[in-house]
Formats: sequence, C-alpha cells, structure tokens
Amino acid sequence: MGSVGAKDVPILMTPDGRRIDGRRWDELRPIHIVAGPLRQADGSAFVEWGANKVMAAVYGPREVHPRHLQENHRAIVQCRYNMAAFSVDERKRPGLDRRSQEISKVIAEAFDSVVFAEEFPRTSIDVYIEVLQANAGTRCAGVVAASVALADAGIPMVDLLPAVAVGKVAGEIVLDLKKEEDNFGEADLPMAMVPQSGRMVLLQMEGHMTREELSKALDLGVKGCRDVHEKMKEALRTRYTTTDAGAEA
Amino acid sequence: MSGEVSAEILTTHLLDLASKGKRLDGRGIDEYRPIRIEPGFAANADGSAFVHLGDTKVLCGVKLELGKPFPDTPNAGVLTTNAELIPLSSPVFEPGPPTTTAIETSRVVDRAIRAAETIDLTQLCVTPGEKSWVCYVDVHVLDHSGNLIDAALLSAVAALSHATLPRKRFGVAETDIPLEVVHRPIECTFVRLGDAILVDPTFDEEKAAQGRITVATDETGRIVAMQKGLVGAFSPEDIKEVVERAFQHGDRMRALAQGMTP
Repeated sequence: MGSVGAKDVPILMTPDGRRIDGRRWDELRPIHIVAGPLRQADGSAFVEWGANKVMAAVYGPREVHPRHLQENHRAIVQCRYNMAAFSVDERKRPGLDRRSQEISKVIAEAFDSVVFAEEFPRTSIDVYIEVLQANAGTRCAGVVAASVALADAGIPMVDLLPAVAVGKVAGEIVLDLKKEEDNFGEADLPMAMVPQSGRMVLLQMEGHMTREELSKALDLGVKGCRDVHEKMKEALRTRYTTTDAGAEA
Repeated sequence: MSGEVSAEILTTHLLDLASKGKRLDGRGIDEYRPIRIEPGFAANADGSAFVHLGDTKVLCGVKLELGKPFPDTPNAGVLTTNAELIPLSSPVFEPGPPTTTAIETSRVVDRAIRAAETIDLTQLCVTPGEKSWVCYVDVHVLDHSGNLIDAALLSAVAALSHATLPRKRFGVAETDIPLEVVHRPIECTFVRLGDAILVDPTFDEEKAAQGRITVATDETGRIVAMQKGLVGAFSPEDIKEVVERAFQHGDRMRALAQGMTP
C-alpha cells in the first residue's frame, strides 16, 4: 500500500454516489470473522474487515494483576489494544502510545457494561487486541474480535457487542470509513452497540456534523451494527456447530 | 499450588516418555511439528510472513525507512530485530516492559540474522555517512505453544526473503526492487529431557526441560550463532550431535522460508 500524500486529496465520492472503493453510502466493507484460532488463550477471534486484520484473545476470569485493582464483589475487565509496529505505513514504535491507551480504556469500559462481572468476584477478565494490519476502523474491528473472543471463552454477557464507524465524507454521511475516507473525510464516529437494547456502550466522535447529520449517522450506525452482529453470530455458529475438530483442548 | 503439582506430574510423564524415545504429541525425538508459512500476510509491511509451527504462531513484519548510518559505519545501513512477547499470546506473559525472556529471544534471533550476513548492510547505504536504509524486523508472537526462537527466526527470514525496498515511497528511485537476501540462517532448538535431546520443544517440554540449546546454521555450512538456555548442561558430544541435527533440519526449513517445497 502506497502512502497517501497529504497534498493530493483523492476523489472520495463520485457524482453518482460511489465511494473510493465503489461502495454506496450505507455499505460495509467485507467482513470475515474466525472464532477460536488461538490455542493458548481462553477465547480468541481473528477479524478481517476490509484491509484491517485484527487478532483478539481473552484470558480469565483469572487472578487480578496488579493485585490492588481487585474488587471484592465483582470481576474487573482490563483491555490492552496494541498496534504491531508494521501494521501501519510509517513504522510505529512498539508499545502503547497515548492513543492506544485511550482506546484500551474505552473498550474495557464498553465490555464492562455487558459482561456479568458480579458472577466472578475478585477476578480479572483480560481482553487483548492486536492490530496486525490497519486501514481505519481498527478499534471497531478490535471490539468485534474481542467480543467474539469473549463468547469463545464462555464469559457470560448480556449480548455480543457489534461495532462500526460512521463518518462524513464529501459532505455525505457514510458507513464504515476506509483509510482515505478517514484521512480526508470531515467526521468519524465509531460506536459499539448492545443489539438487545440498541444502546451504545462505546461512542467517540471527531470532526464536524450538524444535528441532522448526527441523527442520520446514529441511525446508520445502528443498522451497520445489526449487520455486523449477524456476521459475529455466524462466526460463532461455524465454530461450534461443525465438527468437534477445533474443540477445546 | 495445584498448578505446580500438575506441572510436576506432567514433567515426570514427559521424562518417562522421552526415555522410551516418545513424546506427548506422538512425534519422534528428532521431528519438528508441521510448519506452514504465509508470506505477505501483513500488507502494510514491506515484507511479512505468518509462521505456524504446530500451534505456535508468529507474524514477522519488515519495515524499511530512510535514516542516517551510524557514525562508525558510514557505508552501511542499519538493521534491528525486535520480538514482542505480547500478553495476547500466552497466559504467562503480562503487560509491561519486555521480560528477560523476550529480550533473550530478540537477541538470539538478531544475532543469527546479523552473523549470517543475511542482508548485505553496505547495500542499504544510499549516501555514505548521510543516508541509508534502516531495516526493522519486528516479530509479533501470537500463540506461544513453545519454541519461539525457531519460529521467530523462520518468520524473519521468510519475511526478509519476500521484502521490497520501498524506493518509490521515499523518492529514492522510480521503481521498487526486492530486498536482496544473501544468506538464510535457520535456528534449531533442542531441549534435554533425561538422556534424550528433543528438537522443537512444545511449551510443556520447555517447562520440563533440563537445559535448552539453539544452533543457527546457514546454507554454506557455517554455524553462525548458538545459545544455551535454561537450567541444565550439555556435554561436548551432545553439542556436536545437535549441530549435525541442526544442519539436517536447516536445509528443509530454509527451502520453506524461500517459499519452495523442500
């Protein structure tokens, strides 16, 4: 993938409403989810979402580390979202930068909102997300991967947690931004929704939108999350209703 | 506590099996787990390879950037190897600064790449003393089911073998060219269990091991790096034996790293 120079803005929307990769405003990129690809983790999932590749693993409920974070009446949810050095155009220094730490925090809080934490007092549920190839929307792909990994680990939850980003590109509200749209678009609104209630447990926004646009974006996000939810269920069904070849060791 | 007891039982069992020339997963003493390599897995890297070594999974990405040569080697580029033992890959890894295990793994892999002259560093020089390529080899461990060193170097050599010099991106030339790989080192790791010396240890075999030894060889018949690790000892005869075995496994794995069927 060549780097995109800041000077030459690509054509983000054709007159007949096609986006840079040919999608319509309300279309997702292709999503492929594999549940349980890892052996050591208690639960895992690999998500390919457009040109994103994200691996997630879940450990726990297990002893809390560091100990002082332990809570007597419930489990805590910890998350580490990390990008591989080679996942982006310019090599990223290994380790968590401030962006990764913020994303880790909001993702941990999103999952804390859906797992039945009170069933596992004095334990930690550790969620690890590794971005291996990035092309915008990695936190959403990470939430989706982690949610399937939590289900794969058998952690009881209110529901799966689908996520998607809605944005504004060339003045239009569009679903699921890819890199060029993220770089040159006017707004980005990633969200994660509890399908049962339709409520958002993760929501961030950056850019410019009017009230009308935001309202449209939220509706589009809800629809996008519902589609992603189907893919997540499908991946879990594939993992648990075929042969027992990949069953827990 | 119960973990320690079961580990003890498992160790006894592994030792017992090894004394009969057997292993828990049914392999022979001198047999590797199945190896599968997916080159080009990470498209944002200039070269990459996903290696499956049994259940062990590692992904290596190579990135090349323009930088400045070191003052003492003005005519050479820079090569750095780093292995990240991230907590995603094993219940025994915790978040935080690199552990001594992670540092050892990185350095043993780096040493083999460097000593074998895998890349001719003078080739990475663009303008002496001013501008040279900096080659980052980053190994990301995704599933630690034993023998990270061999998997990590294999992924690194495979990723370098499929890497491109991104000359266009940095405005150095009109076209990109493949990165030239001069030598292909392969590391083979063995562990002692009683009198038996097993190649390609699993996670449990590493835990039970009474010593570990790694031998790096290249295609010209050179031994380019070695590392004895863990608590335990090897006689000179043991060492000569594992070197011979490392050469035998090396040729097959080198072919795999280049994308050929051995």
